[in-house]
Amino acid sequence: MKRREKIDKTVHLQVDIAGIRLKNPIMPASGTFGYGEEYAPYLDLNSLGAIVTKGLSLHPKAGNNTPRVCETVGGMLNAIGLQNVGIEHFIYQKMPFLKQFDTPVIVNFFGNTQEEYGEVAARLDELPGVAGLEMNISCPNVKHGGIVFGTDPKAAFATVAAVRKKTSKPLIVKLTPNVTDIQVTARAVEEAGADAISLINTLTGMAVDVKTRRPRLANTIGGLSGPAIRPIAVRLVHQVVQAVKVPVIGIGGISRAMDALEFLIVGATAVQVGTANFVDPNAMATIIADLETFCLAEGVDDINELIGSLKV
Amino acid sequence: MKNHKTIVLSNQEISPGYFRMRILAPDYNRLARPGQFVMFRVQRSLLPLLRRPFGIFRAGFMPADCDTMPPKEFIEIIYKVVGSGTEIMQGLHHGDPVELLGPLGAGFDLNLTSGDSMLVGGGIGLVPLYMLAESIADPSRAEVLIGGRSRDDIIMVTEFERLGVKTFVSTEDGSLGDVGLVTHVLEQRLEQKPKARVFACGPMPMIRAVEKICRSKGVQLQVSMEELMACGVGACLGCVIKGEGHTSEKPNFLCTCKVGPVFNASDLAWNDCDSGGDVSDGDGCGCGDKQ
Ligand SMILES: Cc1cc2nc3c(=O)[nH]c(=O)nc-3n(C[C@H](O)[C@H](O)[C@H](O)COP(=O)(O)OP(=O)(O)OC[C@H]3O[C@@H](n4cnc5c(N)ncnc54)[C@H](O)[C@@H]3O)c2cc1C
Ligand SMILES: Cc1cc2nc3c(=O)[nH]c(=O)nc-3n(C[C@H](O)[C@H](O)[C@H](O)COP(=O)(O)O)c2cc1C
Ligand code: FES
Repeated sequence: MKRREKIDKTVHLQVDIAGIRLKNPIMPASGTFGYGEEYAPYLDLNSLGAIVTKGLSLHPKAGNNTPRVCETVGGMLNAIGLQNVGIEHFIYQKMPFLKQFDTPVIVNFFGNTQEEYGEVAARLDELPGVAGLEMNISCPNVKHGGIVFGTDPKAAFATVAAVRKKTSKPLIVKLTPNVTDIQVTARAVEEAGADAISLINTLTGMAVDVKTRRPRLANTIGGLSGPAIRPIAVRLVHQVVQAVKVPVIGIGGISRAMDALEFLIVGATAVQVGTANFVDPNAMATIIADLETFCLAEGVDDINELIGSLKV
Repeated sequence: MKNHKTIVLSNQEISPGYFRMRILAPDYNRLARPGQFVMFRVQRSLLPLLRRPFGIFRAGFMPADCDTMPPKEFIEIIYKVVGSGTEIMQGLHHGDPVELLGPLGAGFDLNLTSGDSMLVGGGIGLVPLYMLAESIADPSRAEVLIGGRSRDDIIMVTEFERLGVKTFVSTEDGSLGDVGLVTHVLEQRLEQKPKARVFACGPMPMIRAVEKICRSKGVQLQVSMEELMACGVGACLGCVIKGEGHTSEKPNFLCTCKVGPVFNASDLAWNDCDSGGDVSDGDGCGCGDKQ
């Protein structure tokens, strides 16, 4: 009798990010899930907390030369160069597919200049079916010597403030970990009007082919992702949660439910799964199922009880 | 397209450093087409992290061994041991758990094999050509030109011969067949059969040379290309190749995993020079912008 009770019990997995209601805290990380359709044959997109698109820009972007990816121990480096179809193509060719699902669509975007960020945000603001925007500020500002927006708190503030004026949709700002003090950047973007913060984007890295003595990536330097970066990501999320009031989305090296739980426990309201999708296209479905199992086993009725439950 | 958690059925060395692995693969006999590939997870751990792409050598099924057992569908891959993943693979045995994602990508256009066909392969490049040869309606009109550095690199000759396809073997050191490059043989064979369509897979220098020959003779060519792949399904954009007319102003990048791995040679850019990029960051952390 007792056993039956246990099976019938369900866990409340719903979370809320700046007014976006998610069925569960699991969503893909931008750039690792294409525009959703690539993984639709392997995974029920309705089962996800949200769908996050590849980073979009005002105009289509070609990206870098190959090699663009390279495996490292427990991770990978990439220098795709933000290749994307551009916002207009996305709206007409990709959005109709995504609209079929009962899952919030979060559009990741970036700009080469502050103005471009604003223009993309304005265009996305008009779109029904877009639940929220995720702003990638880990891009070089072409008007200012290629300094990455997100590494300069002043530039980050100004750019987020400019975007804030163009949209009333929930605005998630995605931070780069390649800074000295993440709390400074986090406070700057919160003050500029971010409704939520996601982190981390990839860590800069490099690998060399010792036989040819050439960098393994055509772009020389790339971004490191995958299980290898998880402890750094957990630490950074922990620090950001201390510094801001807005909800935080944890990203970095999540491949299993246990990994996702680390982020939730330090205070992330939801998490994104990136490189793990390449390893197992069904990874997110497994994580969602295992989260539920974990909660049942631990006697947790509502996943929100776990969020920020770190004991120090 | 599906991800199968499956097992190895057999794994044998067929030539020094080359292995042939049979993997339980439901539905592949019906679905797999020549030129397609799989993303193979060599073990269910996070090391090595990424899946490895391998061409499908052949698909088949083993008849039921007793009444209660259904027939087992399988695929075979042939791989060369070159690094961390293939080193683990060579130690796998019957029953070891692995994962197969596929069949993936666009294969060869079988309509092009109605007349004379020439299949040109070097080393492991022969793998997808075997399944193509198997699918050609009239194998007597097909020839396979097999090249390699030395005799150890020449694999699968008897398999092709068994299909009734005429084989021409050449090695650079002359240890098997004619001395010289396979492309030299191609030039000679095209003299005999100028209307043949050519299908090629192998190392890049060979592919480039084949393309040059076919272009100068006006011969239709399909090539199977290799690029580093992270996802295999068109999501990461890691595996792109420059398409016909590609310029930095009007880019035309094609995903090798989705549009390819088999391309019409005329759809690709061949004036390509190997340009290393300037210093910038990866996607996410600085996005590698080059303005
Ligand atoms: C469409 C396609 C079909 C292929 N078919 C075959 C085949 O039938 N038989 C065969 O032996 N090999 C084939 N290859 C090459 C094969 O994928 C690599 O040899 C293999 O991934 C090497 O793995 P590794 O771990 O031993 O080497 P490592 O050097 O340790 O691999 C490190 C990383 O680089 C990648 N990598 C290394 N070499 C290559 C390569 N040549 N092409 C693509 N990725 C590479 C690996 O996948 C891995 O992510 C194919 C490649 C592609 C793209
Ligand atoms: C191939 C690839 C492409 C990516 N593209 C983007 C992108 O377009 N925009 C973005 O904000 N982040 C991008 N990222 C970063 C991821 O969204 C994520 O922040 C990072 O990979 C860390 O998570 P992971 O370890 O789970 O992969 C990309 C990552 C990879 C591996
Ligand atoms: S391998 Fe990821 S897009 Fe082709």
